[in-house]
Amino acid sequence: MTALGLHRLHFAFTITYHYLFPQLTMGLALVLVVLKLLALYRADPDYDVAARFWTKLLGISFVMGVVTGIPMEFQFGTNWARFSRITGGVIGQTLAMEGVFAFFLESSVLYLVLFQEQKLGKKLHFLATGALFVGTWLSGFFIVCTNAFMQHPQGYFRDAAGTIHLTSFSALLLNRWAWVEYSHTMIGATITGSFTVAAAGAFYVLQNRDLIIAQKMLKTAVIVGTVAALAAAFPTGDQQAKLVHAHQPEAFAAMEGHFHTEVGAGMTLVGQPNVEQLRIDNPIHIPRLLSFLTHQRWDTEIKGLVEFPRDRWPDNIPLLYYAYHIMAGLGSLFIGLMALSSFLVYRGKLFTARGALWALMLAFPLPFVANTAGWMTAELGRQPWLVHGLLRTSEGSSENVSSGSTLFSLLGFMGLYAMLSLLFFLLVTKQLERGLVERRVA
Amino acid sequence: MAELWFWLLALVLGVYAVLDGFDFGVGMLHFVIAKNQAERDTLLRSIGPVWDGNEVWLVVAGGTLFGAFPALYAAAFSGFYLPLMLVLWLLLFRALGIELRHHFDNLLWHQAWDVAFSVASGLLALFFGAALGNLVRGLPLDEKGNFFEPLWTDFRVGEMTGILDWFTLLVGLTATTTLALHGALWLALKTEAELRERAEKLARQLWPALLLLTALTTAASSSVQPQLLANLARYPLGAIFPLLALAGLVAMRVFVARAARRAFLASCAFVLGLVTSAAFAIFPHALSARVAGRELTLAAAAADAGTLSGMLGWWLPGMLLAASYSYLIYSRMPKVFSTGGEEH
Repeated sequence: MTALGLHRLHFAFTITYHYLFPQLTMGLALVLVVLKLLALYRADPDYDVAARFWTKLLGISFVMGVVTGIPMEFQFGTNWARFSRITGGVIGQTLAMEGVFAFFLESSVLYLVLFQEQKLGKKLHFLATGALFVGTWLSGFFIVCTNAFMQHPQGYFRDAAGTIHLTSFSALLLNRWAWVEYSHTMIGATITGSFTVAAAGAFYVLQNRDLIIAQKMLKTAVIVGTVAALAAAFPTGDQQAKLVHAHQPEAFAAMEGHFHTEVGAGMTLVGQPNVEQLRIDNPIHIPRLLSFLTHQRWDTEIKGLVEFPRDRWPDNIPLLYYAYHIMAGLGSLFIGLMALSSFLVYRGKLFTARGALWALMLAFPLPFVANTAGWMTAELGRQPWLVHGLLRTSEGSSENVSSGSTLFSLLGFMGLYAMLSLLFFLLVTKQLERGLVERRVA
Repeated sequence: MAELWFWLLALVLGVYAVLDGFDFGVGMLHFVIAKNQAERDTLLRSIGPVWDGNEVWLVVAGGTLFGAFPALYAAAFSGFYLPLMLVLWLLLFRALGIELRHHFDNLLWHQAWDVAFSVASGLLALFFGAALGNLVRGLPLDEKGNFFEPLWTDFRVGEMTGILDWFTLLVGLTATTTLALHGALWLALKTEAELRERAEKLARQLWPALLLLTALTTAASSSVQPQLLANLARYPLGAIFPLLALAGLVAMRVFVARAARRAFLASCAFVLGLVTSAAFAIFPHALSARVAGRELTLAAAAADAGTLSGMLGWWLPGMLLAASYSYLIYSRMPKVFSTGGEEH
């Protein structure tokens, strides 16, 4: 593997692993706010019990997010020094904002949320939980905003030496791409959070443990999950796809597996991209759907990948295609499962529908897969660019770091993260085993 | 503008060293001061609510460096590749060490994480000190302003240096001793009875070693980096940084065992004085070079003036807000931690 390939794998591995935790933390933070709100509004302490359980898990997830997140902030400089030098005046802003506005807030209120419920009282503790939610979601905003600049740069000026300067803070923060991407990403995190809570709820309901609380928690999660699953497709996913079509047409064609220009273009649901022959093998195809989803008309033209110069094609088309299709396929599954569950809640039958409960319990890993696949779609689709249209990925890595050094740290991270996985599994299993209600052991 | 940001950054790093410094010290010392698990638990509880917030100062320093001095961030982080990766791994163990220990009530589990926390804290203090030593000594910058330092070469301060040589090891050792003493004074302030006595005694024992190391480091710094004395002649006002450190060092000895709060504040002044003195030895460069003429100047390292002034517009209010959260937590945490008894 080339030095550049190793730098890419280094970032891809560490960011993919890292993001398993923040999506859970952000999703749980929202669910927690809902639970605490219900506890206050309905004056029902069962919701407080459920909230306490999830606060502990959020605490574990938060720690994992912190220890895997700090390496991300360092990695721009260590592995992508040329990129940092060229764009630091811009993306250094949003990354610094994350620390100043989000991390200080999170680290302060997490202590209050975890350990000071008694001292603060109900209302203040609700406010602290709300502040934690704001902190985690702000953090997400600044990161997505950084990524949005790389996807669709706004408010910049490029000098003769190639350095990119910021000309407008508001253009950077109000970048339309940032807000669409942020909505879609946060909805994704909400799906992860609500599916996780629903899975634990189903786990306890199926075992008849802490039944009343588990049912309330499950119901809340199903309602939040239904809204989120729908919102992931429409409007946020729809808006995101339209932006990609408008500003990264090569990426759009590649992720859809759309090689040749068509009037009334069809959409491929399943099939294997054959980049050598420029076609989809074994396709299952819905005629005209792609044109309709893109332009709301059945007969419009969608440009195929062959229309674009080869040096602008994403460099891993099959993976991009699969990532996108896995995300979209799972997204459809989420809508189906949550709509069914909501219907059962409405009919008052969810808690006895063992099939649906089993499905909800086993579905919790899928949102993690879908969120990962979504980010892979964004990042592989941006290739071969680091900053779309401005800086190629091959021009951004650290030249002074040898491939041996990169492999050294990559292997180190792989080993450490394997250890983290074991620890996380151990801690979560222990919480699940202990149950929803805190029982004092004499 | 670039010079203002240089000093703001030095201040953030100084505050980071003061805050995370005492929990590094507690990490290094808990095996020495605590005689059993209950006592160790008390010592670690005294930093539990704040260590994470303290570490945020490091992340914010990194982000601010990235935004205000992209070329410095790029050159330094890629050049320090190997030690930074080690630092990241140690930070990981340190966080796990303090956060996971209370999840299982099991002796082996506690012992494993306590050792991890202790070793990681000590090594991090050594590495951060060595990093500061590298910046003061100057780096093997090439014509393009890049460098890549191996962990060590021949341990001499020549042209092709490694991260560790006799000078940076000396600075590292000084930093470790400084933070150990800093941690002991924190514990003397935050605990009571026997724990407090032991912490005070340790602080008194560490002080002569720190005095000696500080004297050696000061002498070595002025010979390794002549810029330091040249700067003192050029900007006499800069003498306040080493004087702050000196005053802190003296006051620490005066107040230890008499006024715990003042002794700890004196130690804060000493740590802040050390970091700012190091910054003063580098100024007006962003990176000093082993070969004269290859220095990275502040102007070349900084983002453009428009970005720097725009950044000031959000950064200052944001940091004030952050300081208010920190104040909230420090004022809400118990004044004194005691073993077995209630916190008050």
